[in-house]
Amino acid sequence: MAYFEQPQRILLPVNVGYMTLTVVLALLFNLMPWHDLVGVPDMVALVLACWCVHQPRKMGIGIAWFVGLVMDAGNGTLLGQHAFAYAFLAFGVITLHRRILWFSQWRQAAHVLVLLLLTQALMLGVRLAAGGIFPGPMYFAGSLTAAALWPTVTFLLLLPQRRPESVDENRPL
Amino acid sequence: MDYQPPPFFSRGPAPLVRLGFFVSLAVLLMVLDGRFRYAESIREVIALLAYPLQRAALAPGELLGATADFFTTQVALKQENDQLKAKDLVAASDLLTLQALRAENAQLRRLLEARERVPRRSTLAEILYQGRDPFSRKVIIDKGGQQGIEPGQAVIDDIGVVGQVTRVHPLLAEVTLVTDKEQRTPVEVVRNGLRAVIYGGGDKGTLDLSYTAANADVQADDLIVTSGIDGVYPPGLPVCKVTKIERDPAYSFAKITCIPAAGTDQNRQVLVLTREAGLPPPPAEAEPLVVAPKQKRPKKRE
Repeated sequence: MAYFEQPQRILLPVNVGYMTLTVVLALLFNLMPWHDLVGVPDMVALVLACWCVHQPRKMGIGIAWFVGLVMDAGNGTLLGQHAFAYAFLAFGVITLHRRILWFSQWRQAAHVLVLLLLTQALMLGVRLAAGGIFPGPMYFAGSLTAAALWPTVTFLLLLPQRRPESVDENRPL
Repeated sequence: MDYQPPPFFSRGPAPLVRLGFFVSLAVLLMVLDGRFRYAESIREVIALLAYPLQRAALAPGELLGATADFFTTQVALKQENDQLKAKDLVAASDLLTLQALRAENAQLRRLLEARERVPRRSTLAEILYQGRDPFSRKVIIDKGGQQGIEPGQAVIDDIGVVGQVTRVHPLLAEVTLVTDKEQRTPVEVVRNGLRAVIYGGGDKGTLDLSYTAANADVQADDLIVTSGIDGVYPPGLPVCKVTKIERDPAYSFAKITCIPAAGTDQNRQVLVLTREAGLPPPPAEAEPLVVAPKQKRPKKRE
Protein backbone atom coordinates (compact mmCIF):
# COMPACT_ATOMS: atom_id res chain seq x y z
CA MET A 1 0.00 0.00 0.00
CA ALA A 2 1.46 3.28 -1.09
CA TYR A 3 -0.17 5.13 1.79
CA PHE A 4 1.88 3.51 4.47
CA GLU A 5 5.44 4.05 5.54
CA GLN A 6 8.22 1.60 4.91
CA PRO A 7 8.97 -0.95 7.64
CA GLN A 8 9.60 0.97 10.83
CA ARG A 9 12.67 0.81 12.91
CA ILE A 10 12.33 -0.26 16.53
CA LEU A 11 13.37 2.72 18.63
CA LEU A 12 15.16 2.76 21.97
CA PRO A 13 13.22 3.99 25.03
CA VAL A 14 13.02 7.75 25.19
CA ASN A 15 15.15 9.80 27.56
CA VAL A 16 12.96 12.14 29.63
CA GLY A 17 15.85 14.57 30.06
CA TYR A 18 16.09 14.90 26.28
CA MET A 19 12.34 15.54 26.04
CA THR A 20 12.66 18.33 28.62
CA LEU A 21 15.65 19.80 26.81
CA THR A 22 13.78 19.93 23.49
CA VAL A 23 10.79 21.66 25.06
CA VAL A 24 13.07 24.23 26.75
CA LEU A 25 14.90 24.84 23.45
CA ALA A 26 11.55 25.32 21.71
CA LEU A 27 10.57 27.87 24.38
CA LEU A 28 13.88 29.65 23.74
CA PHE A 29 13.08 29.74 20.05
CA ASN A 30 9.64 31.21 20.72
CA LEU A 31 10.95 33.87 23.11
CA MET A 32 13.53 35.14 20.60
CA PRO A 33 12.89 38.67 19.33
CA TRP A 34 11.15 37.96 16.02
CA HIS A 35 9.56 41.42 15.75
CA ASP A 36 6.89 41.48 13.07
CA LEU A 37 8.37 38.72 10.92
CA VAL A 38 5.61 36.84 9.10
CA GLY A 39 5.42 33.06 9.23
CA VAL A 40 7.59 32.37 12.27
CA PRO A 41 6.51 28.88 13.37
CA ASP A 42 5.24 28.23 16.87
CA MET A 43 8.06 25.81 17.71
CA VAL A 44 6.66 24.96 21.15
CA ALA A 45 3.38 23.77 19.65
CA LEU A 46 5.26 21.74 17.06
CA VAL A 47 7.55 20.02 19.58
CA LEU A 48 4.64 19.35 21.94
CA ALA A 49 2.66 17.83 19.07
CA CYS A 50 5.61 15.66 18.04
CA TRP A 51 6.13 14.27 21.53
CA CYS A 52 2.39 13.73 21.93
CA VAL A 53 2.41 11.60 18.76
CA HIS A 54 5.45 9.53 19.73
CA GLN A 55 5.27 9.49 23.54
CA PRO A 56 1.63 10.03 24.51
CA ARG A 57 2.21 8.46 27.92
CA LYS A 58 5.10 10.76 28.85
CA MET A 59 3.86 13.97 27.25
CA GLY A 60 0.31 15.00 27.92
CA ILE A 61 -2.30 17.67 28.30
CA GLY A 62 -1.04 18.78 31.72
CA ILE A 63 2.51 19.47 30.56
CA ALA A 64 1.25 21.26 27.44
CA TRP A 65 -0.95 23.40 29.67
CA PHE A 66 1.98 24.39 31.90
CA VAL A 67 4.29 25.16 28.97
CA GLY A 68 1.49 27.35 27.61
CA LEU A 69 1.43 29.27 30.89
CA VAL A 70 5.18 29.93 30.59
CA MET A 71 4.61 31.21 27.05
CA ASP A 72 1.88 33.56 28.32
CA ALA A 73 3.98 34.94 31.16
CA GLY A 74 7.06 35.35 28.96
CA ASN A 75 5.20 37.16 26.20
CA GLY A 76 2.88 39.21 28.36
CA THR A 77 -0.22 37.85 26.65
CA LEU A 78 -3.51 37.08 28.36
CA LEU A 79 -2.62 34.55 31.08
CA GLY A 80 -4.07 31.19 30.07
CA GLN A 81 -4.44 31.86 26.35
CA HIS A 82 -1.61 29.60 25.21
CA ALA A 83 -2.34 27.12 28.02
CA PHE A 84 -5.92 26.78 26.76
CA ALA A 85 -4.89 26.30 23.14
CA TYR A 86 -1.99 23.92 23.86
CA ALA A 87 -4.22 21.73 26.07
CA PHE A 88 -6.58 21.35 23.12
CA LEU A 89 -3.66 20.66 20.78
CA ALA A 90 -2.30 17.93 23.06
CA PHE A 91 -5.76 16.39 23.35
CA GLY A 92 -6.24 16.42 19.58
CA VAL A 93 -2.83 14.89 18.89
CA ILE A 94 -3.17 12.21 21.59
CA THR A 95 -6.60 11.24 20.30
CA LEU A 96 -5.23 10.94 16.76
CA HIS A 97 -1.76 9.58 17.51
CA ARG A 98 -2.47 5.96 16.51
CA ARG A 99 -3.92 7.11 13.21
CA ILE A 100 -1.20 9.67 12.47
CA LEU A 101 1.62 7.14 12.90
CA TRP A 102 0.25 5.04 10.01
CA PHE A 103 1.00 7.71 7.47
CA SER A 104 4.17 8.89 5.77
CA GLN A 105 5.92 12.01 7.06
CA TRP A 106 4.22 14.49 4.73
CA ARG A 107 0.78 13.04 5.34
CA GLN A 108 1.49 13.27 9.07
CA ALA A 109 2.41 16.91 8.49
CA ALA A 110 -1.00 17.49 6.87
CA HIS A 111 -2.71 16.11 9.98
CA VAL A 112 -0.59 18.30 12.21
CA LEU A 113 -1.24 21.36 10.03
CA VAL A 114 -4.98 21.05 10.63
CA LEU A 115 -4.44 20.70 14.38
CA LEU A 116 -2.04 23.68 14.50
CA LEU A 117 -4.47 25.84 12.54
CA LEU A 118 -7.24 24.89 14.97
CA THR A 119 -4.94 25.83 17.87
CA GLN A 120 -4.27 29.22 16.33
CA ALA A 121 -7.96 29.71 15.62
CA LEU A 122 -8.73 28.98 19.29
CA MET A 123 -6.20 31.61 20.38
CA LEU A 124 -7.63 34.06 17.89
CA GLY A 125 -11.14 33.43 19.23
CA VAL A 126 -10.00 33.92 22.82
CA ARG A 127 -8.23 37.18 22.03
CA LEU A 128 -11.10 38.56 19.95
CA ALA A 129 -13.46 37.73 22.82
CA ALA A 130 -11.11 39.59 25.20
CA GLY A 131 -11.18 42.68 22.96
CA GLY A 132 -8.11 42.20 20.76
CA ILE A 133 -7.67 43.20 17.14
CA PHE A 134 -7.65 40.83 14.17
CA PRO A 135 -4.00 40.59 13.10
CA GLY A 136 -4.76 39.71 9.47
CA PRO A 137 -4.73 36.41 7.58
CA MET A 138 -0.93 36.23 7.61
CA TYR A 139 -1.26 35.31 11.28
CA PHE A 140 -1.93 31.74 10.15
CA ALA A 141 1.23 31.54 8.03
CA GLY A 142 3.18 30.35 11.08
CA SER A 143 1.27 27.06 11.06
CA LEU A 144 2.21 26.41 7.41
CA THR A 145 5.89 26.86 8.20
CA ALA A 146 5.55 24.68 11.28
CA ALA A 147 3.89 21.89 9.28
CA ALA A 148 6.63 22.14 6.66
CA LEU A 149 9.19 21.62 9.43
CA TRP A 150 7.38 18.52 10.76
CA PRO A 151 9.61 15.85 9.08
CA THR A 152 12.81 17.64 10.17
CA VAL A 153 11.64 18.13 13.74
CA THR A 154 10.46 14.51 14.01
CA PHE A 155 13.82 13.31 12.73
CA LEU A 156 15.74 15.47 15.23
CA LEU A 157 13.56 14.57 18.18
CA LEU A 158 13.79 10.83 17.53
CA LEU A 159 17.50 10.89 16.68
CA PRO A 160 18.81 9.81 20.13
CA GLN A 161 16.45 6.84 20.03
CA ARG A 162 17.94 5.61 16.77
CA ARG A 163 21.29 4.86 18.34
CA PRO A 164 22.32 1.18 18.26
CA GLU A 165 21.97 -0.49 21.60
CA SER A 166 25.63 -1.32 21.90
CA VAL A 167 28.55 0.53 20.37
CA ASP A 168 31.19 -1.52 18.57
CA GLU A 169 34.39 -0.50 16.83
CA ASN A 170 33.10 -0.76 13.27
CA ARG A 171 30.06 1.33 14.05
CA PRO A 172 30.96 4.15 16.41
CA LEU A 173 27.53 5.79 16.33
CA MET B 1 -16.06 -9.87 42.06
CA ASP B 2 -14.87 -6.96 40.04
CA TYR B 3 -11.84 -7.36 37.95
CA GLN B 4 -9.36 -4.50 37.90
CA PRO B 5 -6.69 -4.36 35.23
CA PRO B 6 -3.19 -4.84 36.60
CA PRO B 7 -1.59 -1.53 37.71
CA PHE B 8 0.88 -1.40 34.83
CA PHE B 9 -2.02 -0.90 32.42
CA SER B 10 -3.37 2.00 34.38
CA ARG B 11 -3.23 5.29 32.44
CA GLY B 12 -4.88 7.67 34.86
CA PRO B 13 -7.92 9.70 33.91
CA ALA B 14 -9.18 9.61 30.32
CA PRO B 15 -7.83 12.34 27.99
CA LEU B 16 -11.24 13.96 27.76
CA VAL B 17 -11.41 14.29 31.55
CA ARG B 18 -7.91 15.79 31.65
CA LEU B 19 -8.80 18.15 28.83
CA GLY B 20 -11.90 19.29 30.69
CA PHE B 21 -9.90 19.88 33.86
CA PHE B 22 -7.10 21.87 32.26
CA VAL B 23 -9.36 23.82 29.94
CA SER B 24 -11.53 24.94 32.82
CA LEU B 25 -8.39 25.93 34.74
CA ALA B 26 -7.20 27.92 31.73
CA VAL B 27 -10.57 29.62 31.30
CA LEU B 28 -10.60 30.48 35.01
CA LEU B 29 -7.13 32.03 34.71
CA MET B 30 -8.10 33.98 31.60
CA VAL B 31 -11.19 35.42 33.26
CA LEU B 32 -9.22 36.28 36.43
CA ASP B 33 -6.49 37.92 34.36
CA GLY B 34 -8.57 39.62 31.69
CA ARG B 35 -11.52 40.84 33.73
CA PHE B 36 -10.34 41.24 37.30
CA ARG B 37 -6.50 41.38 37.17
CA TYR B 38 -6.30 38.89 40.04
CA ALA B 39 -3.72 36.64 38.39
CA GLU B 40 -0.77 39.04 38.65
CA SER B 41 0.98 37.10 41.43
CA ILE B 42 0.77 33.84 39.47
CA ARG B 43 2.08 35.66 36.41
CA GLU B 44 4.97 37.12 38.38
CA VAL B 45 6.09 33.73 39.67
CA ILE B 46 5.98 32.17 36.19
CA ALA B 47 7.62 35.22 34.65
CA LEU B 48 10.49 34.89 37.14
CA LEU B 49 10.85 31.26 36.03
CA ALA B 50 10.86 32.33 32.40
CA TYR B 51 13.32 35.21 32.96
CA PRO B 52 16.54 33.17 32.39
CA LEU B 53 14.95 31.75 29.23
CA GLN B 54 14.07 35.24 28.00
CA ARG B 55 17.60 36.52 28.56
CA ALA B 56 19.07 33.41 26.92
CA ALA B 57 16.77 33.84 23.92
CA LEU B 58 18.09 37.36 23.44
CA ALA B 59 21.73 36.28 23.58
CA PRO B 60 22.15 35.26 19.89
CA GLY B 61 20.74 38.58 18.69
CA GLU B 62 22.94 40.54 21.09
CA LEU B 63 26.00 38.56 20.01
CA LEU B 64 25.17 39.29 16.37
CA GLY B 65 24.77 42.98 17.19
CA ALA B 66 28.09 43.03 19.07
CA THR B 67 29.86 41.34 16.15
CA ALA B 68 28.35 43.81 13.70
CA ASP B 69 29.46 46.68 15.95
CA PHE B 70 32.98 45.30 16.02
CA PHE B 71 33.22 45.29 12.26
CA THR B 72 31.80 48.77 11.78
CA THR B 73 34.20 50.48 9.41
CA GLN B 74 36.22 53.49 10.40
CA VAL B 75 34.60 55.52 7.63
CA ALA B 76 31.17 54.97 9.11
CA LEU B 77 32.42 55.96 12.55
CA LYS B 78 34.08 59.08 11.16
CA GLN B 79 30.89 60.09 9.34
CA GLU B 80 28.83 59.53 12.45
CA ASN B 81 31.30 61.53 14.50
CA ASP B 82 31.07 64.47 12.08
CA GLN B 83 27.30 64.31 12.12
CA LEU B 84 27.24 64.23 15.90
CA LYS B 85 29.61 67.20 16.10
CA ALA B 86 27.36 69.22 13.80
CA LYS B 87 24.34 68.19 15.85
CA ASP B 88 26.17 69.09 19.05
CA LEU B 89 26.86 72.56 17.73
CA VAL B 90 23.19 73.13 16.99
CA ALA B 91 22.23 71.66 20.33
CA ALA B 92 24.74 73.85 22.17
CA SER B 93 23.17 77.02 20.82
CA ASP B 94 19.76 75.65 21.76
CA LEU B 95 21.07 74.83 25.21
CA LEU B 96 22.28 78.39 25.74
CA THR B 97 18.90 79.81 24.85
CA LEU B 98 17.27 77.11 26.96
CA GLN B 99 19.22 78.16 30.03
CA ALA B 100 18.25 81.76 29.52
CA LEU B 101 14.65 80.77 28.97
CA ARG B 102 14.64 78.54 32.03
CA ALA B 103 15.90 81.35 34.21
CA GLU B 104 13.33 83.69 32.75
CA ASN B 105 10.59 81.12 33.21
CA ALA B 106 11.57 80.57 36.85
CA GLN B 107 11.45 84.26 37.48
CA LEU B 108 8.05 84.61 35.83
CA ARG B 109 6.72 81.69 37.82
CA ARG B 110 7.94 83.23 41.04
CA LEU B 111 6.23 86.41 39.98
CA LEU B 112 3.02 84.49 39.45
CA GLU B 113 3.60 82.61 42.70
CA ALA B 114 3.12 79.45 40.74
CA ARG B 115 4.32 76.25 42.22
CA GLU B 116 7.71 75.36 40.77
CA ARG B 117 7.60 72.31 38.67
CA VAL B 118 9.60 69.53 40.22
CA PRO B 119 11.90 68.08 37.54
CA ARG B 120 10.98 64.45 37.05
CA ARG B 121 13.41 61.71 37.63
CA SER B 122 13.92 59.46 34.65
CA THR B 123 15.35 56.03 34.10
CA LEU B 124 17.10 55.01 30.89
CA ALA B 125 15.86 51.63 29.71
CA GLU B 126 16.43 49.47 26.69
CA ILE B 127 13.74 47.72 24.70
CA LEU B 128 14.53 44.01 24.85
CA TYR B 129 11.94 42.69 22.46
CA GLN B 130 8.46 43.13 21.14
CA GLY B 131 6.00 40.72 22.72
CA ARG B 132 5.18 37.79 20.42
CA ASP B 133 1.53 38.71 20.51
CA PRO B 134 -0.02 39.80 17.22
CA PHE B 135 -3.11 41.05 19.04
CA SER B 136 -1.58 43.98 20.90
CA ARG B 137 1.34 46.37 20.63
CA LYS B 138 3.61 45.99 23.62
CA VAL B 139 7.36 45.95 24.18
CA ILE B 140 9.41 44.57 27.05
CA ILE B 141 12.09 46.81 28.60
CA ASP B 142 15.07 45.73 30.68
CA LYS B 143 14.21 47.66 33.85
CA GLY B 144 11.66 46.45 36.38
CA GLY B 145 10.34 46.87 39.90
CA GLN B 146 13.81 46.59 41.41
CA GLN B 147 14.94 49.68 39.47
CA GLY B 148 11.95 51.66 40.68
CA ILE B 149 9.69 51.26 37.67
CA GLU B 150 6.01 51.49 38.57
CA PRO B 151 2.87 50.82 36.54
CA GLY B 152 1.45 53.94 34.92
CA GLN B 153 4.75 55.72 34.28
CA ALA B 154 5.24 57.45 30.94
CA VAL B 155 7.82 56.19 28.45
CA ILE B 156 9.38 58.60 25.93
CA ASP B 157 12.23 58.60 23.45
CA ASP B 158 14.21 61.49 21.99
CA ILE B 159 11.33 62.50 19.68
CA GLY B 160 8.20 62.03 21.72
CA VAL B 161 5.87 59.76 23.61
CA VAL B 162 6.37 56.02 23.13
CA GLY B 163 3.84 54.62 25.59
CA GLN B 164 3.10 53.79 29.17
CA VAL B 165 4.32 51.12 31.59
CA THR B 166 1.41 48.74 32.12
CA ARG B 167 2.87 45.78 33.97
CA VAL B 168 5.97 45.50 36.11
CA HIS B 169 7.93 42.36 36.85
CA PRO B 170 10.88 42.37 39.26
CA LEU B 171 13.49 42.67 36.48
CA LEU B 172 11.43 43.54 33.38
CA ALA B 173 8.51 45.77 32.58
CA GLU B 174 5.88 45.80 29.85
CA VAL B 175 5.24 49.01 27.95
CA THR B 176 2.02 49.46 26.00
CA LEU B 177 2.74 51.60 22.94
CA VAL B 178 0.56 54.60 22.13
CA THR B 179 -0.52 52.74 19.01
CA ASP B 180 -2.09 49.87 21.01
CA LYS B 181 -5.85 49.65 20.62
CA GLU B 182 -6.40 49.80 24.38
CA GLN B 183 -4.13 52.79 24.98
CA ARG B 184 -5.46 56.33 25.42
CA THR B 185 -3.37 59.48 25.77
CA PRO B 186 -4.65 62.95 26.73
CA VAL B 187 -3.43 65.38 24.07
CA GLU B 188 -3.90 68.83 22.65
CA VAL B 189 -3.45 70.34 19.21
CA VAL B 190 -0.45 72.68 19.22
CA ARG B 191 -1.96 75.18 16.76
CA ASN B 192 -5.05 76.08 18.81
CA GLY B 193 -4.83 74.23 22.13
CA LEU B 194 -7.84 72.02 21.40
CA ARG B 195 -7.90 69.24 23.99
CA ALA B 196 -8.76 65.65 23.11
CA VAL B 197 -8.00 62.07 23.95
CA ILE B 198 -6.15 60.03 21.36
CA TYR B 199 -6.74 56.31 20.84
CA GLY B 200 -4.31 53.77 19.48
CA GLY B 201 -5.23 52.42 16.05
CA GLY B 202 -4.03 48.89 16.80
CA ASP B 203 -2.59 46.85 14.03
CA LYS B 204 -1.96 49.64 11.53
CA GLY B 205 0.56 51.46 13.74
CA THR B 206 -1.51 54.66 13.62
CA LEU B 207 -3.55 56.66 16.12
CA ASP B 208 -7.14 57.92 15.98
CA LEU B 209 -8.31 61.25 17.38
CA SER B 210 -11.71 59.90 18.29
CA TYR B 211 -14.76 61.75 19.59
CA THR B 212 -13.79 65.15 18.29
CA ALA B 213 -16.70 67.06 16.81
CA ALA B 214 -17.06 66.95 13.04
CA ASN B 215 -16.51 70.71 12.85
CA ALA B 216 -13.50 70.75 15.20
CA ASP B 217 -10.61 72.88 14.04
CA VAL B 218 -8.11 70.18 13.13
CA GLN B 219 -6.13 70.28 9.90
CA ALA B 220 -3.80 67.87 8.18
CA ASP B 221 -0.16 68.17 9.36
CA ASP B 222 -1.23 69.51 12.75
CA LEU B 223 1.20 68.49 15.46
CA ILE B 224 -0.45 66.87 18.47
CA VAL B 225 1.30 66.97 21.85
CA THR B 226 0.50 65.73 25.35
CA SER B 227 -1.68 68.09 27.35
CA GLY B 228 -0.23 67.08 30.73
CA ILE B 229 -3.63 67.21 32.39
CA ASP B 230 -3.41 63.66 33.70
CA GLY B 231 -0.09 64.13 35.51
CA VAL B 232 1.29 61.05 33.79
CA TYR B 233 2.86 62.68 30.74
CA PRO B 234 4.67 66.00 31.00
CA PRO B 235 2.90 68.63 28.87
CA GLY B 236 4.13 69.45 25.38
CA LEU B 237 5.67 66.16 24.31
CA PRO B 238 5.01 65.39 20.62
CA VAL B 239 2.67 62.42 20.22
CA CYS B 240 1.72 62.36 16.56
CA LYS B 241 0.96 64.26 13.40
CA VAL B 242 -2.43 64.40 11.69
CA THR B 243 -2.32 62.69 8.31
CA LYS B 244 -5.93 62.22 7.22
CA ILE B 245 -9.25 63.75 8.14
CA GLU B 246 -12.61 62.37 6.99
CA ARG B 247 -15.65 64.44 7.79
CA ASP B 248 -18.78 62.47 7.01
CA PRO B 249 -22.04 64.40 7.59
CA ALA B 250 -23.72 61.12 8.59
CA TYR B 251 -21.62 60.96 11.75
CA SER B 252 -21.32 63.56 14.47
CA PHE B 253 -17.60 62.87 14.92
CA ALA B 254 -14.78 63.34 12.45
CA LYS B 255 -12.46 60.43 11.68
CA ILE B 256 -8.94 61.77 12.18
CA THR B 257 -5.96 59.50 11.60
CA CYS B 258 -2.46 60.33 12.81
CA ILE B 259 0.98 58.77 12.61
CA PRO B 260 3.10 58.60 15.76
CA ALA B 261 5.92 61.12 16.13
CA ALA B 262 8.20 58.92 18.21
CA GLY B 263 9.87 55.88 16.69
CA THR B 264 7.49 53.49 18.43
CA ASP B 265 8.75 50.60 16.33
CA GLN B 266 12.39 51.58 15.82
CA ASN B 267 14.26 52.92 18.82
CA ARG B 268 16.00 50.74 21.37
CA GLN B 269 16.71 53.27 24.12
CA VAL B 270 13.79 54.88 25.93
CA LEU B 271 13.33 57.03 29.04
CA VAL B 272 10.88 56.05 31.76
CA LEU B 273 9.59 59.13 33.62
CA THR B 274 8.37 59.08 37.20
CA ARG B 275 4.95 60.49 37.90
CA GLU B 276 4.70 64.12 38.89
CA ALA B 277 4.91 64.49 42.66
CA GLY B 278 2.37 66.43 44.67
CA LEU B 279 -0.71 65.71 42.58
CA PRO B 280 -3.90 65.09 44.54
CA PRO B 281 -5.15 61.50 44.30
CA PRO B 282 -7.89 60.94 41.72
CA PRO B 283 -11.36 61.38 43.22
CA ALA B 284 -13.24 58.24 44.23
CA GLU B 285 -16.10 57.54 41.89
CA ALA B 286 -19.28 56.78 43.83
CA GLU B 287 -18.41 57.91 47.35
CA PRO B 288 -19.30 61.62 47.28
CA LEU B 289 -22.91 60.84 46.38
CA VAL B 290 -23.34 58.75 49.51
CA VAL B 291 -21.31 60.94 51.83
CA ALA B 292 -22.75 64.30 50.83
CA PRO B 293 -26.25 64.07 52.41
CA LYS B 294 -24.81 62.75 55.69
CA GLN B 295 -22.53 65.75 56.00
CA LYS B 296 -25.29 68.21 55.31
CA ARG B 297 -27.63 67.02 58.04
CA PRO B 298 -25.62 68.12 61.11
CA LYS B 299 -25.03 71.51 59.47
CA LYS B 300 -28.79 72.12 59.24
CA ARG B 301 -29.25 71.24 62.91
CA GLU B 302 -26.65 73.76 63.95
